[in-house]
Amino acid sequence: MDRSRPYDVLILGGGNAALCAAITARRAGRSVLLLESAPKDFRGGNSRHTRNLRCMHDAPADVLTGTYDEEEYWQDLFKVTGGQTNERLARMTIRHTATCRQWMIEHGVRFQPSLGGTLHVSRTNAFFLGGGKALVNAYYRAAEALGVEIRYDTEVIGLNIRDGRFISAVAASRGIDHEIHGAAVIAAAGGFESNLAWLREAWGSTADNFLVRGTPYNMGRVLRLLLDNEAKSIGDPTQGHCVAIDARAPKFDGGICTRVDCVSLGIVVNEKAQRFYDEGEDYWPKRYAIWGRLVAEQPNQIAYSIIDVKSMGKFIPPVYPPFKGQSLRELALALHLDPAAFEATVAQFNAALRPGTFDHTVLDDCATQGLVPPKTHWARAIDTPPFFAYPLRPGITFTYLGVTVNERAQVILSDDRPATNIFAAGEIMAGNVLGNGYIAGIGMAIGTTFGHIAGREAARHVGT
Amino acid sequence: MSAPSPIAAGLVQEGQRMASICNACRYCEGYCAVFPALERRLSFSEGDLAYLSNLCHDCGACYYACQYAPPHEFQLNLPKMMSEIRAATYRKYAWPGFLVALFERNGLVVSVITMACIVLFLLGMIVFVDAQALLAVHADSNGAFYALLSHGAMVRIFGAVFALALAMLLVAAARFWRDIGEQAGTILSAGPLGRSIDAALRLTYLRGGGDGCAYSDDQPSPARRTYHQITFYGFLFCFAATCVATVYHYALGRHAPYAWWSLPTLLGTAGGIALLIGPAGLLALKARRDAVLTNEKQVGMDVGFLAQLLIVSGTGLLLLALRGSAAMGILLALHLGAVMAFFITLPYGKFVHAVYRFTALVRYYVERRRPVPELGPE
Repeated sequence: MDRSRPYDVLILGGGNAALCAAITARRAGRSVLLLESAPKDFRGGNSRHTRNLRCMHDAPADVLTGTYDEEEYWQDLFKVTGGQTNERLARMTIRHTATCRQWMIEHGVRFQPSLGGTLHVSRTNAFFLGGGKALVNAYYRAAEALGVEIRYDTEVIGLNIRDGRFISAVAASRGIDHEIHGAAVIAAAGGFESNLAWLREAWGSTADNFLVRGTPYNMGRVLRLLLDNEAKSIGDPTQGHCVAIDARAPKFDGGICTRVDCVSLGIVVNEKAQRFYDEGEDYWPKRYAIWGRLVAEQPNQIAYSIIDVKSMGKFIPPVYPPFKGQSLRELALALHLDPAAFEATVAQFNAALRPGTFDHTVLDDCATQGLVPPKTHWARAIDTPPFFAYPLRPGITFTYLGVTVNERAQVILSDDRPATNIFAAGEIMAGNVLGNGYIAGIGMAIGTTFGHIAGREAARHVGT
Repeated sequence: MSAPSPIAAGLVQEGQRMASICNACRYCEGYCAVFPALERRLSFSEGDLAYLSNLCHDCGACYYACQYAPPHEFQLNLPKMMSEIRAATYRKYAWPGFLVALFERNGLVVSVITMACIVLFLLGMIVFVDAQALLAVHADSNGAFYALLSHGAMVRIFGAVFALALAMLLVAAARFWRDIGEQAGTILSAGPLGRSIDAALRLTYLRGGGDGCAYSDDQPSPARRTYHQITFYGFLFCFAATCVATVYHYALGRHAPYAWWSLPTLLGTAGGIALLIGPAGLLALKARRDAVLTNEKQVGMDVGFLAQLLIVSGTGLLLLALRGSAAMGILLALHLGAVMAFFITLPYGKFVHAVYRFTALVRYYVERRRPVPELGPE
């Protein structure tokens, strides 16, 4: 990297949004430098763990079945966010997903039909062949071929912003700090979900028992620098998207395979061997996102999903083997639960079952009666050994806190003025569209859309 | 007590660990047949791993796409693990079993057998014909080859060795088929057999999901599939040339040598040239392959086989070009020796990959007709 020379566009971050921005700005003829804090092997932030893009389409299109129009997409988004969304930016995003797949294919991304176990999203979501890391690899190849300069292991530790105008960034690489000037900057460095100290600020000591599902490199440094430089924040600083994952997963980067999909088939107890929520409230894909928070509220942030042999083999096999017991007592001992309390909880549950016809594919009539909390569907007796358990912990996926942007992806300052040459894309501004909740494939939709907009607008700014 | 399986217990465990991660992730489902086959299972027996690893065409696409690949702590390297299990399956199913030692240092074994065969043919011609005839210039048209080795003897020697090698390969395939859990009869299902032949002829699963295998980093390229196809069709052309020549000889009474424009010669020449280009390309690619995907223990066998093909085609083409000269005798011995060594090592060299992979493909299409265990949505 030629430190004496100013770049037209400086990109902070190295995931999907950063790459879409870098490629777009470079194709507009600008010189582009991309700074990725991770080493090359772990490049791409949380994009490397993603797998699909939620796409609007008015007719069946290659890997997408049926239709998914703007209005339905918007309603889905409105519902999950509870209205915490900017309709204008949200509709821009939705409309962009109708056309961006061609751009993605031109830059090396390949799509595949929806994966086994994901038929419920075959209409709405286009899956990347090989997943997000394959997409990230393709974009890096495309960016390099176009002449985007890329620096790995390079973390931005300072931003020189005067009167809402970006002057330069200070980047640390191999222990040496460099000042890099750019005519425009695009912040696309993700949220703060890997920053354990920051998580503790938001959640207190319960955060110590959280697992981070994605990259260990999303430290939120660029987000913090922008907020400290008068960027207007958006999104609840104390909220994150959290799912229940296998407690044996690594602290970071466990990704998709740490999921446990049998909650709705059995019961879930905490370390006191007590149930605490309706496991059969709704279809699992609609409910897994609330279970992270539910487990986080339990003592020591741990819970156990319990099934018997009737349910074995009826869900995507988790990566870790289950704890197993020939009796409930044996299973309780394996889990270090009080055997008497555990047996009582199961007995109480089994006694509260009313007759019904079990069918996991519909909201069936198998439910408990007079039990608190109830189980309202798929309630079947846990009575056939062997019994199995998967331990659960909260697994944080992303945080909602971000910077406010306008439709040109410009960062809005605390006095509501847009910063002329500071742009943001991806998770760092996703809270503008997704202020709460989650629907599959929306993160990549926001990152791709605002990556393109930020790249285009930054290039246009430099050109003037 | 039965002998321990050549697939080491530690390797099976490692295979089970990796396959379980893939089964929980499923991002690579669209790359090839391995992942849909893997997803039909909840756990993985040694036979399952033997089947899956022979279904793997080793394109490497899943490795580069893998979020769990090293240096991730899960250390997932599916193609390399499958290559190791695949090599062990060659030993496990080979028949007769007492010869499996030939798989150890296979490159050396193949070289020694090739040299030995060439020497035997040279000596044989000197002893049974005479040294003068070996070095004489023979007129092109009077059946010169057979002055050195009669057509009948050639057919008997090569026919017997080839038939034996073929029988050994068939027994090995049958042992594999039974061990991965199939009944003898199911291999003859017409539908799956047809689809397997189609997948083999088109090398459907060496496409890396469409863009090709990665050389030499994660950059996809169709080169490997192209060179493999050139090699494969070169081999088929040479085989066809032999078949046509046999028909000419016995049915039509037309005896070799044939003119350059005759069907056997044209087929053989085209096949021979392809068998120079294909293996040479594959050797060049092998040198450029990402070291993380390379199973070092397998390199000798791979290189030995490609070298063998190059020697067979090179000597064959030289023989065609120089059959009217004094070099013909020596070249004939070289070529026949190389072909003989190729036949002898068929069941104990890289050629077996074709047998097991095709068998695994048939199993894949047989299995696809069976219902998938029903899983709830994730």
